[in-house]
Amino acid sequence: MKIAVCVKEVPSATAARRLDPSSNRLDRSGDSELNPFDVHALEEAVRIREGGAEVEEIVAVCMGPESAQRVLAKALALGADRAVLLTDEALAGSDIAGTASALAAVLGREQPDLVLLGQQAADADCYVMAAAVADQLKRPLVTQVAHLDLDGSALKAKRQTEHGYDLIEAPLPAVVSVSDAINTPRLPSIKAIMGAKKKPLDRLSAADAGIDPASVGSAGAHSVVRSVAPPEAKAAGVTIEDSGGDSAEKVVAILAEKGLV
Amino acid sequence: MRLLVHVHHDDGEFNANSLGVLAAAAGLGAETVAFVAGSGLDDAWAGGLGGHGASKVLVADEPALAGGLSQPIVDAMEGPAGEADGILFGAGVVSADVAAGLAARIGAGIACETTAISLDGDALVAVRPALGDSVMVESGFQNGPGVVLARANAFAPNESPSGDAAPVERVPVSVADWSQAARLTGREEAEAGGADITEADVLVAVGRGMGGPENVPLVEALAKAAGGEVAATRAVVDAGWVPYSMQVGQTGKTVSPKLYIACGVSGAIQHKVGMANAGTIVAINKDVNAPIHEFADVSVIGDALTIVPRLTEALQARRG
Repeated sequence: MKIAVCVKEVPSATAARRLDPSSNRLDRSGDSELNPFDVHALEEAVRIREGGAEVEEIVAVCMGPESAQRVLAKALALGADRAVLLTDEALAGSDIAGTASALAAVLGREQPDLVLLGQQAADADCYVMAAAVADQLKRPLVTQVAHLDLDGSALKAKRQTEHGYDLIEAPLPAVVSVSDAINTPRLPSIKAIMGAKKKPLDRLSAADAGIDPASVGSAGAHSVVRSVAPPEAKAAGVTIEDSGGDSAEKVVAILAEKGLV
Repeated sequence: MRLLVHVHHDDGEFNANSLGVLAAAAGLGAETVAFVAGSGLDDAWAGGLGGHGASKVLVADEPALAGGLSQPIVDAMEGPAGEADGILFGAGVVSADVAAGLAARIGAGIACETTAISLDGDALVAVRPALGDSVMVESGFQNGPGVVLARANAFAPNESPSGDAAPVERVPVSVADWSQAARLTGREEAEAGGADITEADVLVAVGRGMGGPENVPLVEALAKAAGGEVAATRAVVDAGWVPYSMQVGQTGKTVSPKLYIACGVSGAIQHKVGMANAGTIVAINKDVNAPIHEFADVSVIGDALTIVPRLTEALQARRG
């Protein structure tokens, strides 16, 4: 079995996130990291292998700028055997449908039995890529999976909806996005980090992947940012550093003042 | 100008988020067509969407749509979507999957987490808070219709729907084999029983920052001292610490207590949409970058595991 894990480079949670006023795109000049939700997908791929399934290869697939090589290095340290970076100036500014078709082009070359994604990207807070990719690949889809079992050529998944839990079965090949509750990712060992440097990282241009440049990037985007504005001002909250050991008393004093205790 | 609004339903009940978007779309003054998919649907039931703003209801009725999974619905919606200038969805797990699959299928732009919609002439405009709700981004669409996916609880349904029935039209449905390859085989319904957290004045929420299920009693003790009930994030419910009935957020309950004490809760958007209307929000989280510190009224930067018991003691001391 072959597992592909789609990963994304996102601005680091500690970096100041802002939109570039000249393009209204996310300013990606600051520190970046592997999308934390994708770490759960990588961990799940490794657990599937450790669980006894015959997994010949785990390949991490990323579309992004040159700098995304670093998040692929992290993916390799977390257990991927090989990484593919789809990078091309023509892809910059792709919207969700464009990104899905570009990822599907790479996945179509890879022919994995299982495509795993994180449930959402930490920068956009959208949870739509798995469904868009599955549609492009014409493969069955299960999203926001909290428990995943593979059984030969099929999968069984449990996922939460507004009504409780759905139990879903699907034949492989399939596309699955995992919930961040599906597992607790391990930290990579120093050995794994060093070993990652020896693992292959393939680079593809849009042309290499057979992607029509007119269908992706800003040129092919169907959604456009019209304007960006600050939100309605909200009164700033009180911040209490838990250093003096009296933070609990401070909280109680504030609540008492508000008549809440 | 025609807007097509997907209305999710479960067990014969229309989804409130879908009805909210339907009402908002109808308020724009464009032709507003509702779309429902399922198996064995009743025309009179579907026509009832007229009271929520639909001028017409398209019904896709076919056994392959019975399971309520997203992919057959994308197939059923593809035709009607081709005749629409905008296709709108309320928040929800299945609705989001349909919206995304449909956008990919027809090559449309999609605006996620939308909290407001408007028309600029004949152009559909969607607004969403982004980057931790620090900016409001206004999006439009080009080269085809736009797909709009709403944020949970962003749009309220008509409070007093009229009894007007909308005309119902059954649409032809063709579901591909691959679209129906995934199958819903069962449901684990939300467990009943326990306190109704939507009625509580005080809620103390447990998040993953509390470490493990062995520490839930610390949160229970704080809830008792504060005179409230325990709530939870999706992460700890999925991990089995507490039952689903205690979950607050997008796929859980929407609450508005006077006081909400979040213990080791990051404040992800899926949680925020369920509790942002709480009167006073106290957040205890050691991660200074946790989103919850952006919208809490009182932020304690520190380890919830050690602070929660101290807060319990401080409350008990005050009560004497």
